[in-house]
Amino acid sequence: MKSSVAHKEIEAPSPTSETKTKTEEDARVDVATKKIKINVQNVELFYGTFKALHGINIAIPAREVTAFIGPSGCGKSTLLRSINRMNDLIDGVSLTGSITIDDQDIYAQGVDLIELRKRVGMVFQKSNPFPKSIYDNVAYGPRIHGIKDKDVLDDIVHKSLMRADLWREVQDRLHTSALDLSGGQQQRLCIARALAVNPEVLLMDEPASALDPRSTSKIEDLIGELRHDYTIVIVTHNMQQAARVSDSTAFFYEGSLVEVGRTKELFTKPREKQTEDYITGRFG
Amino acid sequence: MKSHPSTKVRAKEVGIELALALCSSVSILTTGGIIAVLLLESFRFFEEVSPSQLLFDTQWTPLFLDKHFGIWPLIAGTLLTSAIALSLSVPAGLIIAIYVSEFATERTRRFLKPILELLAGIPTIVYGYFALLFITPALQFVFPSIGSFNALSAGIAMGIMILPMMASLSEDAIYTVPRSLREGAYALGASKLQMIIGAVLPAAIGGITAAVILSAARAIGETMIVAIAAGQQPLLHFNPLAPVETMTAYIVQVSLGDTPHGTLEYHTLFVVAMMLFLLTMGLNMISLAIRERFKRMYR
Repeated sequence: MKSSVAHKEIEAPSPTSETKTKTEEDARVDVATKKIKINVQNVELFYGTFKALHGINIAIPAREVTAFIGPSGCGKSTLLRSINRMNDLIDGVSLTGSITIDDQDIYAQGVDLIELRKRVGMVFQKSNPFPKSIYDNVAYGPRIHGIKDKDVLDDIVHKSLMRADLWREVQDRLHTSALDLSGGQQQRLCIARALAVNPEVLLMDEPASALDPRSTSKIEDLIGELRHDYTIVIVTHNMQQAARVSDSTAFFYEGSLVEVGRTKELFTKPREKQTEDYITGRFG
Repeated sequence: MKSHPSTKVRAKEVGIELALALCSSVSILTTGGIIAVLLLESFRFFEEVSPSQLLFDTQWTPLFLDKHFGIWPLIAGTLLTSAIALSLSVPAGLIIAIYVSEFATERTRRFLKPILELLAGIPTIVYGYFALLFITPALQFVFPSIGSFNALSAGIAMGIMILPMMASLSEDAIYTVPRSLREGAYALGASKLQMIIGAVLPAAIGGITAAVILSAARAIGETMIVAIAAGQQPLLHFNPLAPVETMTAYIVQVSLGDTPHGTLEYHTLFVVAMMLFLLTMGLNMISLAIRERFKRMYR
């Protein structure tokens, strides 16, 4: 029932598909000087028989922030979770097309998921610290990857918490439960935990949607600082947030990529009617 | 929309509430009654025997001419059989729970769970004879010196009996671990086993601990298996190959015998029952406290 409705609405705006390819070419020209980190080519994703992503093509430049925006159910989170193959955990998901990171196909046979997820960190919508101490949360990743030396772990924990702008607040209680932290602190702890395995890419799935405005602005400042060292992809419902933190923005609708471009241009001069309607709040 | 209920409806409501209160008061009254009887009869016992004899004597011979009332041989027997049972059921139950919730396919799970529940439905007297007539002879191959009544075989049978409860409660605890925690571990590059050890078990530890304690309470209170297979010799030792008498087995022994009502021997029943009651109630309260403590973790 749900899928049939979705299909109908996707097929309706056919004129956009022509112009869409043009938009993508332009976007590629825009970032031609930038190194491409993640290249998504013709990706289609199915939940069982429901087609959730329709031939997505997008090139994500290295060491920049790329925002995915669009109304609920548009496929932005699904695409994000395809980049570290988190969708593999869901039964009945199948994907065609290719996603490459540094020209290496992550859906090729024999790809080591552990190695992939070490390179591609993720921060979730709802903070999910483990029921352990702050220290053990950050040290969890390095430990499962074989680091045992206490001095090395101490150093990683310190640096990760510094980078996540949390060290000052927790340095005196590293060994108390992470669950006693506030929501905003927990989310920054999760960022520190992701940074501790030294990833190249950071995927953020609405990282601030459950936080109050002050914590949100802290997370946004943090993204601003991390952009120079990591390739960040952030899914957000909040268009102001996308405008504030990202270099490029991709707008998704009903499982299709409608438009992608430099954030400034997309928000001031959207090429597509749908994009304009969405960012001006006419629907969504 | 809102209309005032008529007095007739209100009377009906009050009636239902009263009936419900009456029903729930049955369990409270029963518990209160048990405690009152235990206290009263134990008091009669302490009129003749000092509490210090109960706690400091090392022999339990109330049915002999040379009477000693040291409770420790019975407690030792209870703890020994329970420890054997738990050392079997806790690791096995946990492994089953992890397997069923994390590894088993839907088909295996549908096949495995009813079998576990079947184990839980076997009357304990069957387990008792299973221990006496199967486990003990089997153990004799390994330990030729083992007695025909011994703590080990009763403990093993009890462990099998507790297994479904331990597995089922642990599985509940593991099942309630939020998906987000599993994803958090996977996203850091954890393997499935690392995810279970690092994220799922720490999050489920409250429920698992409660499962262990409830299993312990069940083992301590178990009667039939130990009365049949563990023997009726209250000796103070921790040798699993020798016979022991548990608190529950002693109660069976005395209540089946011809102990006259109102005698000192008769009163020992209630003292032992009192100790048993305190032990299991204490464990249940600890289990409750642990659950409460871990409840706040996931709002």
